Amino acid sequence: MNHYLEFEKPLAEIEGKAEELRALARSNEEMDVEEEAAALDKKAADLLVDLYKDLTPWRKCQVARHPDRPHCKDYIEALFTEYTPLAGDRNFADDHAVMGGLARLGDVPVMVIGHEKGNDTKSRISRNFGMARPEGYRKAIRLMEMADKFGLPIITLVDTPGAYPGRGAEERGQSEAIARSTEKCLQVKVPLISVIIGEGGSGGAVAFATGNRILMLEHSVYSVISPEGCASILWKDAEKMREAAEALRLTAQDLRKLGVADGIISEPVGGAQRDRHAVIEAVGDALRAAVSELKDLDKSDLVKDRRQKYLDLGSKGLAA
Amino acid sequence: MLFHRELADSLNVCSGCEHHMAITPRKRFEALFDGGIFTEVDVPEVVADPLGFKDQKKYPDRMKAAQKKTGERDAMLVAEGDIGRTPIVAAAQDFSFMGGSMGMYVGNAIVAGAQRAVAMNKPFVLFSAAGGARMQEGILSLMQMPRTTVAVEMLREANLPYIVVLTHPTTGGVTASYAMLGDVQIAEPNALIGFAGARVIEQTIREKLPEGFQRSEYLLDHGMLDRVTHRKDLREELITITRMLMGQTPAIKGDLPAPIAEEALDTTRSEETSA
Repeated sequence: MNHYLEFEKPLAEIEGKAEELRALARSNEEMDVEEEAAALDKKAADLLVDLYKDLTPWRKCQVARHPDRPHCKDYIEALFTEYTPLAGDRNFADDHAVMGGLARLGDVPVMVIGHEKGNDTKSRISRNFGMARPEGYRKAIRLMEMADKFGLPIITLVDTPGAYPGRGAEERGQSEAIARSTEKCLQVKVPLISVIIGEGGSGGAVAFATGNRILMLEHSVYSVISPEGCASILWKDAEKMREAAEALRLTAQDLRKLGVADGIISEPVGGAQRDRHAVIEAVGDALRAAVSELKDLDKSDLVKDRRQKYLDLGSKGLAA
Repeated sequence: MLFHRELADSLNVCSGCEHHMAITPRKRFEALFDGGIFTEVDVPEVVADPLGFKDQKKYPDRMKAAQKKTGERDAMLVAEGDIGRTPIVAAAQDFSFMGGSMGMYVGNAIVAGAQRAVAMNKPFVLFSAAGGARMQEGILSLMQMPRTTVAVEMLREANLPYIVVLTHPTTGGVTASYAMLGDVQIAEPNALIGFAGARVIEQTIREKLPEGFQRSEYLLDHGMLDRVTHRKDLREELITITRMLMGQTPAIKGDLPAPIAEEALDTTRSEETSA
């Protein structure tokens, strides 16, 4: 681990000490530090469990945005075979914030679409930090239409701070592109399964995450606005993001209660970033289960099921 | 100098500078429907304060203040009636009610309006005005984006016209859902229409935005709208468009008497449907 979150500082100290001890022992063969280091390891492991046992909503946001969390590209590479990226909206450009294409999940050919944030400075810039422009949504619409035509289930992996707020994006119809993408999600006569793998940022997420099944990773978040944005509007102070995160009810657990999320995929202790392999496998299992659950549904039932899910979201609330 | 009476007569448009001021849904409907007569479409109640939301104020307190200020239940009014003897269902969003924000009630209103339109085989005309989704309803407000899109789908399947009139301002999640999905997209002059706020964009791209950015005329130039229409001409235009899309005969021009006699009106209606 090299990237600790702010609330993980005490953990960083203990793990740092254990590491120091071992480094010392390596340079001095006479020293036996293993017992002491092992005790520190144990302490760190206990602390990790403790820290992640009851994450506050704001901490969940931090975990959801952790740079070492597996991103869309990692899931696609690990879970699918024969991934064949398909590019462009046939109109203006190819948006690298959105990746997608044909792939196989096991033997089943599917269309996979998702936001990609990038994992280093260069890729983050080329991916625009996962913030799509209209051409990204229009590429997704094109791929969804193709999936619909050939009867392929659609899998969307959602991880975006939101749609890109830029001049060109507005001029090319950011709102219209998002609205049409959401509409397309509702129209397709194939199963549409969405997994919120990190950040579900507002309309930019809805455009991909209007599906038959919405699954959320344990520490992912999905919200109408970022806690910082909400704080600066309602509290007139962006530093009140903890309060805003609390009020917005944006955790997977709250969304499950509200009927927005249909299932939660457990993360390893300490979050997805601590065991990428395990979380990717868990997502794979959940996807295969969802695909097989939906594969025998009638085309019209799939559309009806999806519509009903959203029509029902007008009468529920949390018993606060 | 601008007098109240004069302003009301001109539908809250300044006679000097043509500035389109906000108009409440009720006032708009009074001017839109024949003889100012319309029937409200019932909107199902919603769970009040579904998240128990509290910022500097409690959400129920904000609601109470808005209800007191506007005399309305929430930020959207749905009605049916005739415009130029053309039966329609209309919905109008109220910017003076918590910035017109879209929560579950607005979602219910649009779904109810679309269902009524489908049941009665009438076109649906929607006047939008909102800052976006209502933060105090969190994810449930965001979910009104796909939910209202389902309403638009119902209209599409019934082959009924869905006409959106964007009014000042229409932004955020509202623009990115039902307000951009009309068969015909009309905007009032100089209305602010966009997804992201101009301040956020300027901070992101670190440059000044051009004159008229995100205004109706700018969107028209960029191909995002069909028309920009002055408020005083809207009614006639909506009559013309809906009648053509519904395959009805041209509207009879000129002042019609207020539809007082119910029976007479019904006769006209059945003639029109059989025409």
